[in-house]
Amino acid sequence: MSFDFSAFWGALTSEAFFRGACITIILSLLSHGVGILVSIPVAVIINRGGGFLPGALKGIVGILRGAPTLLQLLFVWNALPQFFPIFREPWFTPFLAAWIALSLNEAAYQVEINRAALKAVDPGQEAAGEALGLSRFQIFRYITLPQAMRVAIPPTVNEFITLLKITSLASVISLQELMSTASRAVSTTFQFSEYYAAALIYYLIMVYALVYVQGKLERKYSWDRSRAETSNDPGVVQRAMALMRRA
Amino acid sequence: MSEIIRLANVGKNYGDFQVLQNINLSIAKGEKIVICGPSGSGKSTLIRCINHLSPHDVGTIHVNNVELDGKNRNVGAIRCEVGMVFQNFNLFPHLSVLENCLLAPMKVRGKSRAEAEETAIRLLGRVHIAEQAHKMPSQLSGGQQQRVAIARALCMEPEVMLFDEPTSALDPEMVGEVLDVMVELARGGMTMLCVTHEMGFARKVADRVIFMDAGQVVEIASPDEFFDAPKTERARNFLSQIMH
Repeated sequence: MSFDFSAFWGALTSEAFFRGACITIILSLLSHGVGILVSIPVAVIINRGGGFLPGALKGIVGILRGAPTLLQLLFVWNALPQFFPIFREPWFTPFLAAWIALSLNEAAYQVEINRAALKAVDPGQEAAGEALGLSRFQIFRYITLPQAMRVAIPPTVNEFITLLKITSLASVISLQELMSTASRAVSTTFQFSEYYAAALIYYLIMVYALVYVQGKLERKYSWDRSRAETSNDPGVVQRAMALMRRA
Repeated sequence: MSEIIRLANVGKNYGDFQVLQNINLSIAKGEKIVICGPSGSGKSTLIRCINHLSPHDVGTIHVNNVELDGKNRNVGAIRCEVGMVFQNFNLFPHLSVLENCLLAPMKVRGKSRAEAEETAIRLLGRVHIAEQAHKMPSQLSGGQQQRVAIARALCMEPEVMLFDEPTSALDPEMVGEVLDVMVELARGGMTMLCVTHEMGFARKVADRVIFMDAGQVVEIASPDEFFDAPKTERARNFLSQIMH
């Protein structure tokens, strides 16, 4: 068993792998971005409770969390055009289908993260805002949201790392992201370790970058500044490895 | 003296439980009121009704001739005039001491940052904490945090200040510094309603002591009268329990 270093290096520096990685990261960013935007108001409405809307939203979140991501991807790509003819047009690409499916899937998970984060804010904070005459929106914008964000950052970045790897499922709807690029190369050359190693390096770099960003964000939203300045980030490498192992 | 707060037949229920029953109260501008009573007697609920944090169900409340009828405009107007200090301070932990004091004056009163900052620094000075303006709340002691909370409420330039057991969550050695600030505030002519069991404070500043039990006002008297010769059995029982 030998490791063909030049094949590995060739794959690592190839345009196909780079493009695959770009598609992976862009798809992840767009899906998570939409997911977060959708999830904040949904989390607020569900937390408020009572009435039809929170119940209905809870039901939808339940379905999206319960269904396998693969099923959701296939459903959006194959079944949606059957319901709505507009999705039969050429503009409905695998990328778009994956974006829709993963956004919905992500929003569902993010709703739960945000719900927990919003509930973690002491109710006394809202009372203090009200007593000062701030409007409900101002209380949410200036008091609740910044405090909830601090709680939500670690699980949100965690979620993003999971998403980054889940994008590989989109290969089933023929999206040429990083993993399907590697698999295609392997299927013609049978040099498994070289091409998988190249893909691994890309995934690791992307995840490391995210863990770095998480550390930055956590420091930014840490409101005990003296503690934030003196703490050293414990074991970035270990944390990244732990996250990779879990996948 | 002109009347600033009037409660007429105010009542409030939590389900079948009557937290407040038939409260009638008139408070004059500049008056200092201390409210005491056993736990669960409705004293916190009473002052929370005055700024609509706990909306009342029955009766009417007027503050500064504005009726607290649940309309957003009236509630907002009254909250601007009524400052509140909580037992657990409730400072905003993600904002510095100064930013805690700037938020509401800028967002609610529409003051410029420079204008709001000038007021905030002056009032932080008044509670003897101006040098901590740029620290985060978590870097301060409990007594310091409570003084910041008082300054934050004062920055809205309220007509009335409500205190909901402001010293109950403090370590004993920090009670004095907070009470001193409250005494200074009282001497400055602020209308104050304080839920507290600090009898020394009550004797020093209160014009009237209101004793509550089971959601009702049981006794209203001057502090000397109340503490030395309570008229009702319930007040006597309560006082014997808090005096060790």
